[in-house]
Formats: sequence, C-alpha cells, structure tokens
Amino acid sequence: MPNIAIQASGLVKWFGEDEAKTMALKQVSLEAQFGEMVYIVGPSGSGKTTLLSVLSGILRPNEGKVFVEGVDIWGLSSDQLADFRLGKIGFVFQDFHLFPRLTTAENAAIPLILKKRDWNEAIGEAKKYLDIVGLKSRADLPPVKLSGGEQQRVAIARALSAQPDILIMDEPTASLDGDTGHEILSFVHQNVLNQNRCIIVVTHDDRINEFATRILSMEDGKLRGAGGKPA
Amino acid sequence: MKGILKLAYKLLVNDTAKFTAMLVGITFAVFLMMFVTSMFSGVLKHASSTIINIGASVWVMDPAVNTVSNSVGMPDYVLDAVRSMQGVKYAVPLYSGGALVKLADGTYQSVTVIGLDDISLFGRPELIEGNIEDIYAENGFIVVRDAEFSKLENPHIGSELELNDHRGVVVGIAKVATSGLYGIPTLYTTYKRAIQYIPNPRYTTSYVLVEPKSASAIPQIERQVEALGYRARTKEEFMQRTADFFIYQTGGGTNLLIMTVISFIVGLSLSGQTFYTFILENLERFGALKAIGTRSRELVGMILFQATFTALTGYGLGVGLCAFLVWLAKKRLPSYAAMITYSNLAIALGMVVVIAAVSSYVGVRRVLRIEPFDIFRG
Repeated sequence: MPNIAIQASGLVKWFGEDEAKTMALKQVSLEAQFGEMVYIVGPSGSGKTTLLSVLSGILRPNEGKVFVEGVDIWGLSSDQLADFRLGKIGFVFQDFHLFPRLTTAENAAIPLILKKRDWNEAIGEAKKYLDIVGLKSRADLPPVKLSGGEQQRVAIARALSAQPDILIMDEPTASLDGDTGHEILSFVHQNVLNQNRCIIVVTHDDRINEFATRILSMEDGKLRGAGGKPA
Repeated sequence: MKGILKLAYKLLVNDTAKFTAMLVGITFAVFLMMFVTSMFSGVLKHASSTIINIGASVWVMDPAVNTVSNSVGMPDYVLDAVRSMQGVKYAVPLYSGGALVKLADGTYQSVTVIGLDDISLFGRPELIEGNIEDIYAENGFIVVRDAEFSKLENPHIGSELELNDHRGVVVGIAKVATSGLYGIPTLYTTYKRAIQYIPNPRYTTSYVLVEPKSASAIPQIERQVEALGYRARTKEEFMQRTADFFIYQTGGGTNLLIMTVISFIVGLSLSGQTFYTFILENLERFGALKAIGTRSRELVGMILFQATFTALTGYGLGVGLCAFLVWLAKKRLPSYAAMITYSNLAIALGMVVVIAAVSSYVGVRRVLRIEPFDIFRG
C-alpha cells in the first residue's frame, strides 16, 4: 500500500452563480498519509465540510484533483464512485444518522449489507465491531435506547465494519458532552488509527486536539498552517 | 440486492405506526373498490339470469328491449319468418312475464313466469325433483329452488298455487345457474299455459330463441332479422346490452365510477401521504446511505420494494376482507347479489399499482434529489 492516502491539489469549489457566487474552496491542496489522524479546524463557513466532502468523493469540485490511494476519484463514474466510497471510506457523521427502527447490530452491518454480504453473516461480523467499540451487549437494542456517546460508537462500528482505509469524521464530538467526546476520540486514536489507516477529522472542538497527528486550519476557503502535531 | 431488500423491509415494517397507516389506507381503498364493483358485477349477472339459464345462442327481440325482463311482445309471424331464415337450425318462442301468487295468509307474491316452447321445452331448467313431462299435466308448473324459493312458502311436488286467479300445481322443483335480480321466485311452464294464465297485450311472443346451423351463420341471421324490423342478439350481446343498460341508463355506472374514484382517492391520499412522510422522516438516513456508497438505483429499488410490498399486502387484505364479508352476507342472505370476478380483482389491482407507483415516484424523487453533502452540512 502506498503511504500517501489522500493527495488533493488545486481544489476550487464555489456555490451559486454570478452575484450569488460563493467561493467555498480557493486553490486548496493537501496530502494525508496512512497512520495520520489529520484534523481540519476552522470557524463555521470556512469550508471545512466542503473540503471533507470533496476529499471523500461526495461533492465534485469545480477545479482540482483528488487522488485517494493513487486513484483520481473524480474521474470515476457515479456508480464507480459509490463503490469506491463503500470499499475505501468510512463515514462518521455529526448526527450519527443511525436508523432508529433497526437494531444496533443491523445499523453497524449496513456497509456489509450494501457490499452484498449474507444478512446473518453481516450481522455476525458487525457484532465483532460492536465488541471493539464496547457495545456487544447492546447489539440487539435500537439506537434510541443508547446514550449519545454510545450512538457515536455505533456509528464508528458501522464505519469500521466495511474495513475502510480512510475514516472521515465530521464534527464527531459536536453532539456529545466534553468528557464523552474526549473519550470517543481517545478510543479512535488508540483502537482505530493504525499504519494502514488515515483518519480525517473536521472539528472545532479544541479539547480533542491532543489526538491529532496534524492540524490543518481553514479560513475563508483556504488552508493555512498545515503544521504537525500540536504541542 | 437481497440484503438491501431485507433492509428496506425492516425499515418499513419496524415503523409499525406508519406501516399500519399505509396498510389501512390501501386495505380500505381495495375493500371499497372490490365491494362496489362486486356488487355491481353481481347485479349484472343476476340481471342476465334468464339469458344464462335459458342458454339459447341467439335471441330475437324487439329493438327496444334493453333487459330480458322488459320484453316487448312480437307478432307470431316473426317466429315463422325466423324459422324460414337461412342459417337457422330451429327457432322456438319464449314467454317471459310476471304474475301474482296468492299465499296461504292471503297476501300476494310476485313471480316471474317463463313459458317454454310446448314442443321442445327448449331452455328448460334442470329438475332436482319430479319429471319434466309432468309440465304438460293440467296446471303444471315447475318452481325454481333458489334464494327466493321460500317466498312461495317452500312448495313441494303437488302443492297448489293460486296464480292470477288460476289454479296451478307444482309438478317439479328445479335448479338454475343464476337466480334473478329482483328477488322474486321463478316458475316455468309451457308457453301456451303461460299466455293463458297471464293477461297479455295483442302480441305474446317475448323472444324467439334461435339455434343457428353454425356460428358462422349468426351474422347472416342477424341481417335477416334486422331486415324484418327486429333484432337478433347472441347470448353474449344480449348480456352486454343488459349490462350497458344498468351501467349507462340507470345511474348505476355513474355511482360505481364515483365510488371507485372515491376509494382510489382515499387510498392514494392516505397511503401516499403516509409513505411520503415515511420517506421524509428517513430522508437524511437515505442520504447517509448514499454517502456510505449505496448506488442510486439501489435506493430506488428499496423504495419501489417498500411501496410494492405495502400495496400488495394491502391489496391481499382488502380482497380478503371483501371476500369474507361477501361470504358472510351470502350466508345470511342467500340472494345477496355480490360477486367477485377476475375483472374486479384486476381493476382493484390496477388501482393499487397506480397508488404504489405514485407513492414511490414521489419518494424516489425526494431521495434522488438529496445530496450526501447535505448530510455533512446538517
């Protein structure tokens, strides 16, 4: 596996046209390597989420290229891109987006089901990931019976069940209290991050900065201070 | 796809409240559609009961005749003329009229009297008691044992009837394929006796029943009869004319249409709206699925499956409920004129398919329009 997980160059993205045109990304370039946990921080409206979406193959940039593991993802067809996301990228959303009518195990098994794995086999494997996040005993409960922190763990288990090389976390602590957020990121840092995985985290919660390998700051659509691990 | 469909199934049925609301909507709509169309089918079948029971291939009648019970008498020469036409194997007269039977308690019961050709007895019913030859006995009548039989106080062979101030004797009990529409008993006798017992206008032949030499001769017979100033109609054409009369000239068709449209609107609005709410409630999660890597056509497949599953389950429940109530009603009221036909089933299925298609179209549009990026933006 090449060491560079994500390589983006010259990313430009705007929304709207003419007078309503808003520049969200202005010539953004970045590189993230396997084994890194890269934070993208910045104020609201700075373009963090747009950058995350472009990097993960969700939002097409107006200009620039994104290579994930050497593949030009914006050169893929929409079906190829969907397959690529399913195979390579795991998502942890700010609001978890778990299905309340499914059990915790079924929620965690969704990527495996989408990969056309046998239902029971997928549930069985998802339970292994629930075990990793410490929720095996809650496998048969619906997410609504779990606390916010536990639901975020289910979302992490769901993201991990597809064994992605890249984990995208969008404001993972925004819906959690300070301690729980800290605990979740600590868990991810210790148990999820490894030399074969790259984690990109968008956040403006500086209480979790200690887990970052690098912190990139965004402001007004531009990436600044692509520094290393904070002190 | 199997796992994705199971996922769609679980998302649907685990939302018990919405799934139930959708099922109730479709079940109720199907039930109403089925019930109304079944009643109408039953009415149409019973209205054609004499045509079905007599079984003649071709019926000659006055052009003004709309239904078999509203016959217009034809002069005797029509029978002779038809018998001499090319393509006719044989032709016999048929009388159809109404009479009053005096019951033991002094009240009167209306009856339909069918007068069969004296020589051939063409169109005679199947006897379950007695001998057909006894119809020639003095004052002989055959009573049909159908749902109306009891209205004549359950007569038996040898029972006497006072029919239009004439004495009648029951010489046979018969069964027929279909009982009449108007809820009155049916008596069979000979043509000659029928016109003696029942006061008639100048012309007494209600219909001339024709057996053609071959099916290909029917158009030729129809042309010849038309040249005579009358109409020859095949059994199917006569039944269709009867149906057309009830559909277009009695308001029955309009009522049927209104009820069916109302049922459709009720089903569509209740189920469509609930399904749309279901989609809206899960819209962000569908967006999350899209972000994770679900292809658009897989999402469309999930929604189509959910709509189709709900529609077909509701259809089954609606048909079952209708069948059960028709069965129950027929058990209590043997003359209950409702009949579930393949056409009724097809009409209801067609409407359910439209409900499912509209509901899923609206859902698919919303789901396809959601961008995974919106999920990130919150």
